Amino acid sequence: MTTFRGANCGLGAKPVCSVFTDTGSNATEGSGGVEMRYEAPETMKAAVALLASDEHGRVLAGGTDLLVQLRADTIEPSLVVDIKKIDEMCAITRENGGFRIGAAVTGAELGEHEAFKSVWPGVVEALELIGSTQIQGRATMGGNLCNASPAADSVPAMIAAGAIATIEGPDGRRDVPVGEVATGPGRTSLRAGELVASFLFPEQAPRTGDAYLRFIPRTEMDIAVVGAGVCLTLDDSDVCVAAKVSLGAVAARALAPEAAAKALIGTPVDDAALAELSRAASAAAQPIDDKRGTREFRIQVTGVMARRAAETALARAKGA
Amino acid sequence: MSAAEDLDYQEKPHELKWVGTNVARTDGVDKVTGRARFGADLIMSGMLFGAVLRSPHAHARINGIDTSRAEALKGVKAVVTRNDFEDQPSEMIQVGELTVNIRDVIRNVLAREKAMYDGHAVAAVAATSASIARKALKLIEVDYEVLPHVIDVVEAMKPDAPLLDEKQFTDGVDPKPDKPSNVAKRLEIKLGDVEKGFAEADVVIEREYKTRPVHQGYIEPHACVASYTEDGQGEVWCSTPGHFLVRAITSRLCGIEVSKLKVTASEIGGGFGGKNIVYLEPLALALSRKCGRPVKIAMHRSEVFRATGPTSGAHMKVKIGARRDGRITAGWAELMFQAGAFPGSPVFPAAMCAYACYDLENVLVIGYDVIANRPKTTAYRAPGAQISAFAVESAMDEMARALGIDPVDFRLMNAAKEGTKAAYGPTFGPVGQVETLKAIKNHPNYRVPLGPNQGRGVASGFWFNIGGETSVTMNVNDDGTIALTVGNPDLSGTRTSISVMAAEELGIDPERIRPAVGDTTSLGFNFISAGSRTTFAVGKATVDAARVVIGELRARAAAAWNIPVEAVVWEDGRARPASSNAGDFEPLSLEDIARDAKKTGGPIAGHVETNVSGAGPSFATEAVDVEVDPETGHIKILRFTAAQDAGRAIQPNLVEGQYQGAAVQGIGWALNEEYIYDERGRMENPGFLDYRMPVASDLPMIDAVIVEVPNPNHPYGVRGIGETSIVPVMAAVANALEDATGVRIQELPLSPPRVLKALNEKNGS
Repeated sequence: MTTFRGANCGLGAKPVCSVFTDTGSNATEGSGGVEMRYEAPETMKAAVALLASDEHGRVLAGGTDLLVQLRADTIEPSLVVDIKKIDEMCAITRENGGFRIGAAVTGAELGEHEAFKSVWPGVVEALELIGSTQIQGRATMGGNLCNASPAADSVPAMIAAGAIATIEGPDGRRDVPVGEVATGPGRTSLRAGELVASFLFPEQAPRTGDAYLRFIPRTEMDIAVVGAGVCLTLDDSDVCVAAKVSLGAVAARALAPEAAAKALIGTPVDDAALAELSRAASAAAQPIDDKRGTREFRIQVTGVMARRAAETALARAKGA
Repeated sequence: MSAAEDLDYQEKPHELKWVGTNVARTDGVDKVTGRARFGADLIMSGMLFGAVLRSPHAHARINGIDTSRAEALKGVKAVVTRNDFEDQPSEMIQVGELTVNIRDVIRNVLAREKAMYDGHAVAAVAATSASIARKALKLIEVDYEVLPHVIDVVEAMKPDAPLLDEKQFTDGVDPKPDKPSNVAKRLEIKLGDVEKGFAEADVVIEREYKTRPVHQGYIEPHACVASYTEDGQGEVWCSTPGHFLVRAITSRLCGIEVSKLKVTASEIGGGFGGKNIVYLEPLALALSRKCGRPVKIAMHRSEVFRATGPTSGAHMKVKIGARRDGRITAGWAELMFQAGAFPGSPVFPAAMCAYACYDLENVLVIGYDVIANRPKTTAYRAPGAQISAFAVESAMDEMARALGIDPVDFRLMNAAKEGTKAAYGPTFGPVGQVETLKAIKNHPNYRVPLGPNQGRGVASGFWFNIGGETSVTMNVNDDGTIALTVGNPDLSGTRTSISVMAAEELGIDPERIRPAVGDTTSLGFNFISAGSRTTFAVGKATVDAARVVIGELRARAAAAWNIPVEAVVWEDGRARPASSNAGDFEPLSLEDIARDAKKTGGPIAGHVETNVSGAGPSFATEAVDVEVDPETGHIKILRFTAAQDAGRAIQPNLVEGQYQGAAVQGIGWALNEEYIYDERGRMENPGFLDYRMPVASDLPMIDAVIVEVPNPNHPYGVRGIGETSIVPVMAAVANALEDATGVRIQELPLSPPRVLKALNEKNGS
């Protein structure tokens, strides 16, 4: 990835990079270039203090968005805080029957965590859709959420799963539902000095299944034109007793339309319920026309993706 | 011309030992280990980093450029603008299969009166680091007067369209127009009488088609290093398919003698025609001349998209007439091509190729070359032929359906063959169109049963191929190995194929031949690696050079044996007496003769400088199976079979690779690739994330079928093979889409939103 080599040199200015600064004409040389401070604190407290000290500071987790933005000259931060040296941000732990996932845990690590994967296959498949194998070695859920792209793949899956974001800041720690962090393209509700530390996936009810599907014109290495996450719970007679539906890339932020969830609750998730889900999802979508697809196309395909994701979630709930 | 002129290619039929086998690529290890050196890989001591300031406007008059603040920035060593280059007169020069006007080339390298498109170069900077160079760009103040712009070809042709060039009057219309126009040229390809032909037709299909501009999408961005020293000597290292062309244009634009510029071609990470011109080299050389230090410039991907040669978007009308029995009576087309900011779209080859697959009596193709506020188009793999083929081969498919004839059979009934007079002029010699059609018809893929939402499409294509100026030197080393120097950068394994032909001639193992691409000081002129010419033309010159070497080797043996040279033959890498009458001598091997060369007359070499003619046109027929998701409009390519006439495959695996690569590029063009512009004429998708080329998981293995109808003008029968396989693809996919869904789409790309909309309309929802 050429995307990485230039920016790494600027960030780290490590000797290992010198070979690239010589050969890569686009590399950001250490001397005489843009002045940017790079810090890699080892504690949450130090990270918060650094971020609070500089309003133009940026958090570096995997860097798969940040470094691209640096390279494209769309951002010029004076401070970059690398959070990967903070243990709790890279940890996967059990908590009250659920899972706590550090914000800097990579897609590759989560994808190999058999216990988490067996409980939340939809979340894992959403995260793993991001980029390539190489990108998966870097990309994180925390970064995916805080980059605040409306098309972020892991976000609708986390919202459907009912995940909670734990935020650390100068005023201490607070928990908010994942759906409340991103507020619009590139914008979050995080206050000065705050960062997302981890995600709590609460203990899952029995007979629950989740799934995430996105539409892209290709088969990989692309960005969602429409994304749909569904999580549903069945009772012993296969009636849906709880459901969450979340839609990505069809509004300024991921949506969680109540009507779409209600289309499933109280039904055996049969064809009629799925058709109603499809209608409700399409009705909730508020997409724009852009280079990735037309408004008309996105509205129609939102219903298709929601229905197909629900079918997979249903099969998982029954199989669980 | 050399002693090779009189050689007869048919003189020595023999069992082929190496031609037609697969040997390891001579560049293979370096490429897979990452050692191969590409355009941006050269480092020179004291080297500076260059960067290019580009217009943010699609069309703007440049009233002034103030570089003083940039020049004052610490670390900045030189800045160049239009004032550093003398203007050029109007003069056409050949670049690959297309011609360009040198007056336009200077303007494309650096804007003069106006910025003509988003991304057009306006100034360049050299600094001690890339970041300083980028910072300096932000300090250059350009006084732009933004003008109305036009992108779409139909819009650009309207009388009230924003005018790009007030001095341009449409060429090729009578009487000469009295008003300037964005239409640079009107041209015609004509055979027989189409009106008469349509009068004889039982069925007439008349349709309109639209294609979007697409980029060649080579993985290596343009890059070069240039150095100009105080003694007036220049050097350029760059990624190019033609370093002699880089030398010609760069020396001219920089006002230096040809002999004072040495150009070395790096390895090239793809070009597909898109590097058949210069962008950075004159800028880097001019910067170096100003500050006396070497300068490297490498484009970002976004610069490649915004500023370098895509091919045209086009609007086309096609009308085909046929009798009930399947015989085509007339073919007509009108092709309107976007040339980009300066004239020179591939509309002429598009017009010539439009009906070249068929043996027709009545053809009329009218072409328009139209300028618009987009980067100047460059060649792209069979330039223009793929675009007109999308229109003609889509209409052909509809005609086959209307007549109730299998699409392969319909094409067979009308196929071009030996003796066919093509509408663009020549009468074909032996050609392989019938054979490619039969190869598809007989292929197992053509009989695989199709499931729901699946469909099969077929189309054919044609490309001329070219020869051109070629210089080759073959030196025999003192251990009997061979140093082979050619002047054509290797885009596709051509060094290996050329070595194999030399090995076959000399009767030695190809591993004993080291092929190299020489710089511009080491050989006579070579036309660029374009038009699928390299294996054909350089191979032919190499065979000639080998035969010169063999003549000398025989002479040395004859002298040693004291017998006439006619009494010595060269077989299996050794000189031996022609018969027992000639005498009884132990054969002399290449090693034996090379070892003693010093004593027997000095170094042994063969060199050939020639203008190769006799390129063999290549036809292709392809079949594709698709599956359409009826709920999303997504097209999945299930199977793809590409049959193309190679003449003869010197290296079958390399030939297959060319067919596969061409098919994949066509699939991307068919499905998703397109330039997207905002209302101000700025490209919205200048990166691979949103300019959607296919990825590996989008594709099945492409089944390549090598058809071999030898080219009589080449010692081993080679035709060019690098291009034709892209020509039929877009039509084949559109034809398969109709087969799968009943929906005919006449506009590319066949992207999911467009397909779903068409499906909705068909279903009445």
